[in-house]
Amino acid sequence: MYRLVREPINLQALTDALVCPEDGAVAVFEGIVRNHARGKRVLYLEYYAYESMALKMLEEVGARAKNNYAISAIGILHRLGRLNHSDCSVAIVVASPHRGPAFEACRFAIDTLKKIVPIWKKEFYEDGEVWIEGGN
Amino acid sequence: MSIRVLFFASLADVTGVRETELDSSPFPDVSSVFENFVREYPALGAHRASLMCAINLEFANPDSPVHDGDEIAFFPPVSGGWDVPAGA
Repeated sequence: MYRLVREPINLQALTDALVCPEDGAVAVFEGIVRNHARGKRVLYLEYYAYESMALKMLEEVGARAKNNYAISAIGILHRLGRLNHSDCSVAIVVASPHRGPAFEACRFAIDTLKKIVPIWKKEFYEDGEVWIEGGN
Repeated sequence: MSIRVLFFASLADVTGVRETELDSSPFPDVSSVFENFVREYPALGAHRASLMCAINLEFANPDSPVHDGDEIAFFPPVSGGWDVPAGA
């Protein structure tokens, strides 16, 4: 399951959709919004995507994870729009028969997502706003 | 003979345009499309060094050829840092 969503992420629904009776482990990664960055207080932030390509690249991340690790299923949800402190911006769930590949695939998936999925965030401070881009 | 050109994030702020259509015939490659917009919006030039581009949802290079009907997207590196993916 790969989705870009504008409502709060339902982690339990994602997990329920992925896990099968053969699984012995579920690894979950949640990225959440920090209240500070670059020495400034972040009031909130907004995520934007090149949606058609981002969805395709989320599927690519999942395909690479399945190819590289002995896992049975992976799902990735990414929020778009305005998020506040502690909101979950991205959730990755990996199910597998054993825990090792689940942990490893989860780490691989978030690291790869941050390199190849065209999603950008803008941080809003008391005195302005800044696009956060990989080159910054 | 037309192409669809998309700008995202800070690049869309510079152009004030997220999406536009263009006659494709004068443009052999992605780079020539971008330079056409730099003439119109000179501030875009500052983004040249870190520019990412895609053709029809696939990562592309400045010298990737442009074809009629293509969707060409220009965007900055993504939020978490950027490596050009293998094969792009």
